[in-house]
Order: sequence, then structure tokens, then C-alpha cells
Amino acid sequence: MTGAPVTGARETGGEVTAEPVLRLSDVQVRIAGSQILHGVSFDVAPTGVTALLGRNGVGKTTTLLAVMGLRPRTGSVRLDGESLDGLPTHRIVRRGVGYVPEDREVFAGLTVAENLRLAERGTAEPRYDPVFELFPDLRTRLRQQAGTLSGGQQQMVALARVLLAENRLLLVDEPTKGLAPQVVGEVARVLERVAETVPVLLVEQNLGVVGRLARRAVVLNQGRVVHDGDATALLEDGALTRRLLGVSAETGARK
Amino acid sequence: MRRAQLLGGVALVVVLALLPFSALTVPGVLPGAFASPGTLQLLAICLVFAALALSYDLLFGFTGLLSFGHALYFAVGVYATTIALSVWHWAPVPAVLLALGCGLVLSALAGAVSLRVRGIAFAMVTLAFAQAGSVLVVQDPLRVTGGEQGLGLNVSRLPDALVGVVNTRNVYWLALALAVVVYLVVGLTTTSAAGHVWAAIRENEQRIAVLGVRTYTFKLLAFVTGSTLATLCGVVYVLLVGGATADVTTPEFTLALLVMVVLGGSGVRWGALLGGFAYTLLDQRLGALAGSDTVAALPAVARVPLSQPLFILGVLFVLVVLFLPGGVASLVRPGGRPAGKRVRLPTRKRARA
Amino acid sequence: MSTVVVLAVTGLGLGALYFLIASGLSLIFGLMRVLNFAHGAVLGVGAYLGWWASVHVGGPATARMLVAVAAGTVGSAVLAAVVELLLVRPLYEREVAQVLVTVGLALAIVALLSGIWGTDPKVYPVPSWMTDTSSVAGALIPHGRVVTVLVGLAVLGLFVLFLRRTRYGLVVRAGVENRAMVTALGIDVRRAFTLVFTLGGAAAGLAGALAGVYFGSVTPGLGSSLLIYAFIVVVIGGLGSVPGSALAAAVVGLVQQFTNYYAASGIGDLSVVLLLAVVLLVRPQGLLGRAL
Repeated sequence: MTGAPVTGARETGGEVTAEPVLRLSDVQVRIAGSQILHGVSFDVAPTGVTALLGRNGVGKTTTLLAVMGLRPRTGSVRLDGESLDGLPTHRIVRRGVGYVPEDREVFAGLTVAENLRLAERGTAEPRYDPVFELFPDLRTRLRQQAGTLSGGQQQMVALARVLLAENRLLLVDEPTKGLAPQVVGEVARVLERVAETVPVLLVEQNLGVVGRLARRAVVLNQGRVVHDGDATALLEDGALTRRLLGVSAETGARK
Repeated sequence: MRRAQLLGGVALVVVLALLPFSALTVPGVLPGAFASPGTLQLLAICLVFAALALSYDLLFGFTGLLSFGHALYFAVGVYATTIALSVWHWAPVPAVLLALGCGLVLSALAGAVSLRVRGIAFAMVTLAFAQAGSVLVVQDPLRVTGGEQGLGLNVSRLPDALVGVVNTRNVYWLALALAVVVYLVVGLTTTSAAGHVWAAIRENEQRIAVLGVRTYTFKLLAFVTGSTLATLCGVVYVLLVGGATADVTTPEFTLALLVMVVLGGSGVRWGALLGGFAYTLLDQRLGALAGSDTVAALPAVARVPLSQPLFILGVLFVLVVLFLPGGVASLVRPGGRPAGKRVRLPTRKRARA
Repeated sequence: MSTVVVLAVTGLGLGALYFLIASGLSLIFGLMRVLNFAHGAVLGVGAYLGWWASVHVGGPATARMLVAVAAGTVGSAVLAAVVELLLVRPLYEREVAQVLVTVGLALAIVALLSGIWGTDPKVYPVPSWMTDTSSVAGALIPHGRVVTVLVGLAVLGLFVLFLRRTRYGLVVRAGVENRAMVTALGIDVRRAFTLVFTLGGAAAGLAGALAGVYFGSVTPGLGSSLLIYAFIVVVIGGLGSVPGSALAAAVVGLVQQFTNYYAASGIGDLSVVLLLAVVLLVRPQGLLGRAL
């Protein structure tokens, strides 16, 4: 997989025993009378990509939203051991959590440059040079209205803006959704590079991307964690993959 | 609980019905003994507005429709009756039927148009229609409404039992009957199958819409029912005050209805009634308090605000919204649904997996 | 022809007043999703503070008018900031409760104004050069109308500058589109809320004082009567769009004047309401608004 283990961490039989960068404990979310998350608990390793998997509607996005403080929740969420409970979203972000939402959510009425400028957290010098190195295409499109960009370009903007600041963790929600295969490859390449320096919690339906990037996989079903272990081991076990995700890992086809 | 509530309600109605025979007074609050025409008139007005507030709550508290134009249908009741009796010299029964018919048809048409949009847009359209009505009444292009001066009621064809100060108690009983009728109608409709759809619409319209329920039709049903009840209230009101004035057409008046139901507790029938009754009583009587000697003796800093009933009501309302969102009803019924969370204006948040 | 010119200028002058009120309302709704019924009351406070200031200052009418306008603008801005911090901010996430609070506040403030100063109109200082007319295309145009239009245009320019050239303006524009995402970028939107509410209040106060000059006097109910038209302008223009409000305000003002004159008095008000209904049915997001 990618990256070297963090100094002091030991990998024993696929287990990482360093302090997790994110720890969820019994997180529950209830919306408009429906219980969406029934007590989700898992750790995100301090390096590499942890994939959050599951069929449609099991609560993957809700989990990310709950961590970001965008959904009311109970239970505990700790970032590098510090509690995020009760913090408003903008404070959570300033602690170093970058969020790339499902459907990108760039500001269509603003230019690319303005979208990026908004993301400047103001605490340190925004890192435009590394970002433009990763996304050279954006440098030529600074004055373009974000709403006129293609899906793939918008995804780049969504990724670029979280990378302008120092992050301790990135939450990325279905970055390849609705993108053409070639663009999927580009996005995966970018995420691979990013994950070399920042841990990523990645929600993704595309198992090919998961297989390429993820070290660990947490699987949800109906608001609960039903599997938590090595990603490669999961994807290599066809029967297990089919049972948990309803998809064949090799072909990516839905059953 | 239901049996106790029913008995309590009946007992209350009986007590209220017997008030005109009582020589008791509530000094300061009421202008005279219960049996006096002045007090009965006041209480009757409070009852009419209580019924009107409840008719509004059918839309706002039970179905989640934030309308700013409810006063329009009350005004239709008021003006149609007055015009029919005073300008066209109709008999009372046809006049009342005309008023109700107008309320029904107008609310059906306006509702059909307004409900094509939701949330703020809906509120704005209802406001616009009400404003149009207000303008029509005040500008009076057909020369029937009396414009800003208003229109007196021609009582010559009304039954004797409803005319004259000596018969105030009869009109009082009429107002009481109105409140009971509105209470029962709202109760029947909100507990019916349609009522359950209304409650579902109020909670989360999208959720039942995807189940195939035609929410538009149900909302229209609620709208027309509530509005027609408001028209009925308007008819009784005219008999009570003897004429029509333009202030019943103002948006301030609908906003007052909103204040009434939230103060009392929206979504709870007796809450809306209580809110309407109490607000009207306060509005009418605080004026008397304001002119009293005790207040006149206060230093200007206290006297000026206290001399304005609407100031007191406005502040009270703000306090209730901040600290007691379920209104008075939530004091009695812990866990009452607060008005703040119920009606949802459309937001950008979309449903997530 | 001269009638047309007079009607147009009057319509645009009225439209400028509507715009001043609507601009704040539009941003407050677009960004904060708050239907601010207290806006009219804030306008009223500005109008009365302006009048009070003009009465306590000596000097020529022009100076007193300027003092009135300044006092009204600043006074309303302060009131708006206090209201937002004490009453609106604590109710974040409770949208209907926020609306209700503004309703209650409007009742209380207007009643207070009546209590303090009574319901008789208070006369505003109007210098003679404002009521003087000049001849344009054969019509006699009062200078005051033109001044109002110019002020409206200036405020429009200031708002656009704010929105396009400042960081807070950027936050506001983004927030109108997608408030949650703005917070997800680490920005505390609540500061933008207070700023928008305050700027809106300032514009309302300015409108109140200008209305005093335009109509010659003010009454406690001034804010409420203008507020309805401002709401209509906001919806026609598009919630959250300041240029939309400007366009809609001009249209509404012109429609009102022309129909009042050519049809019958009162029909103008009615036709504005019809215009709203039509826009809502055909294009619910308004002329320049985003899809709801």
C-alpha cells in the first residue's frame, strides 16, 4: 500500500497500534424521528487511507457529517485524543479537519479563485504552490465561475481548497461519484499523493479506488459497524465483499 | 385523560354559558359584573378571536402552513355580511350564506394558487393576497365597503333577539356557540385520516410526498377549512360589533393571530383558544389599565411603555418565543411541541445517504 | 410626455426607498433565512431618531436634514446589531422562532414609538432646494426625488463593492448559496450574520430618514406600510440578490406610479400584488435569484 508506518507504530497482523487520529465511540444520530446511526465506533489510523464502506443509505455520509458537527449526535468523537464534542463546525475545521463533501459543493456563483480564497483559514500562509502543483489545471481557470466547471474540475476545486491549509485529517465523501473513468484515475492519483502526508477517512463506492488507496476498511450496515479490518483482506475475500457490500470486488458490478 | 379532558371541556362551556346570570365581578380585569352588557360584549369578542385563532392554528400549528393572509377570510366574513345586509338589504340567512360561500370560494381559489409554492414563497403569496384584499377594501372601487371609515351594519332585518344592548347576552351565547363549533370541527378534522396526513405534512412533507401522497390536495383542504371557519368567525363578529372596519384586513391583524396561537401553544386546540382569548382580553383591557391612575402616577420610563398594550404584548411574545416556545400549553403538557422546531422553511440541506 | 417623465422619476424615487429597505431584507433572508419583520420597526426608529436629532440641532434646513439622515442611519444600525446579538443569534437553527421574535419585536417597538412620541406625524426638515423643481423634457421634476434616486444608486454601489471586494462580502455571497459549506470551510458565519443584519439596519434607518424627507413627515406606522412593499420587492427580485432587489424596486415603483395614474388610484397597489403573484408562479426564485 502507500506510505511508511509512523515512527513508533507497530503493525502486527494487520493491526495498527499507534494512537488513532480519529476515534468515534458510540456515535448516534437521530434525524426527524429516524435513528440513522445506532452507535458507530471505530478508529481512523494516523497514516494512510481508511475506507468507510457500505451500501447506499447505511449512514456513511451521515457519519462524516456527524464528525464535522453538521448533524446533531450523541457519543464521543476524539481528534488526536482531543474531544470534538459540542464544538461548532467551524471550530472543528480549525482544529485541522478538512472536509470534501459528497457532490463537491463548490460555490457555483463564485470564481475558482474566490472558492479557494474562502478556504484560506487565515492562521497560516495558504499553501497555493503545493496546491497548484497538484492541480495545474486550476491555475488557468482562476477567473472561471465554478458553476461552469465540469464535475471532475469541481472535484479538483473541492480537494484543492481543503489542501490550502494544514490538516490533521481529511474526510472525503465519494470523490469519484459521477466522474468519467479517466477522471476517476486522476482523482485517485491525487488522493494517493495527499494520503502520503495526511490521514484520510474516505467514503467510496468504487472498490477499485478503495483497493488502490485504502489500508483499512470499516463497513457500515444500517447505521452500525459490521466489519473493521484490513482493506486488502476484505477485497480479496469475494464472498465477504459480496455479503457486506452487495458488490463483486473484481467487476465492481452490483448484485 | 381523554375522558377527563372531555368532562373538563363540557364543564367549562357550561360555566361560560351561565356567566350572563352572574353578578360576580373581576375588578380591574373586567369592566363590570359578568351579567353586564359591557363585560359580555368584551368576553364575546374574546371568544370570537379565540375561535379565529384556532381556525388559524389549523393551518399553522396542525398542518405547518405559515400563512400571513388568514385575516383576509375573516374580513370576507365581516364585509360580505355587512354589505349584503346594509347595502343590498338582504335577509340575514342569505347574507350569512353569501359570506360563507365567498369565504369558501375565495380560499379555494387563493389556496390553489398559493399552495403551488412552499415555505417563504407561500407565506409571501398569502401576504400578497391579503394586501390586495386590504387595498380593495380601503380604496373601495365599487363604493360598497365604506373605505377607511368602515360600514355600519343595518340591523333592520336581523332577528330582534340579536339586536340591542339588552340582548348582548344572546350574541354572547352565539359567540360561545361559535367557539364550540370551531373547536369541534377542528377536532374532528385533525383526528380524521386527513388530519393525520396534515400532521405528517407538518413534520416532514417530503417524506410522505415520496410515498405518493398528494400533499397539495391535503394542504388545500386544510387551507379551505381553516379559512372558511375564519369567515364564519367574521360573520359572528359583525353581529357583535355592529359594523365593518378596515383594520380587520391588515397584515398586522394576521400577525396578531400568529402571536395568539404561539402564546397559547400552537398545535394544541385549547392552546390556540386560550391564546386568542387572553391576547384579546389583554389588548382590550390593557388600554384601560394604561389610562388608569396607577399607571399615570408612574415615572415616564415605566408609564410610557406600560401605556401601550401592544408593547406589553410584543415583549411578552418575545419572551415566550425565547423561553417558552410551546406557549402556555407547554406548561401544562410537558414536552409540548415547540413552535420553533415544527414548521420547516425549505433549507439547502438535501437528504443524505 | 412630461407626465411620463414625472411619473418615471417619482416611481424611481419611491423605488429607491423600497430598494434601501429591501436590500437589507434580501441579504438577511438570503444568508440567514430569517424573515425579518422587525425591519420596518428598525426603519421607524431611524426615522424618529433622525427627526429627534434634527429638532435638537440648530442651523439651516440642509444641515438639519443631513443630521437627521446620519442619526437615523447610525441609530438603526446600532439597534439592528443589538437585536441580532441578543434575540436572533440565540435562536440560530430555530428558523420559525427567529421570525416570530421579529414579529414580537416589531409590535413592541412600534408601540413604544407611539407611546413616546404619539401618533401625530412629525415634520421633517426639508430644505427648499429639495422641493424646488427643475425643468426636464418639459416636466417639472422636484430635486428631492432625484436625490433619493441618487442615494439609492450610491447604496447599491456600496453594497456591490462590499459583496465583491471584501472578504466578508465573499463570505456573504457564499453563505447565501450554501451556508453549511461555509462553516465546513472553517468560517464562523455568525459574524457575517451580525454584519449583514447591521448593514441592513443601517440601510433601513437611512430609508426611514429619507422617507421623512420624501413625504415630509413620519408616523409610527411608517415602517410597517413600507415593509410590505419591501417584502414584495425582495421576493420579485430574488431572495439574497441585492441587484435583484434594485431591479425589482425600480419595476415596482414604476408600475405603482403608472397604474395609479393611468388606471385609478389604488389600482397601482393592487397591480404590484398581482405582479408578485405572477412572478411567484412563473419564476419562484425571482428575477435574479438562485433556484430555491
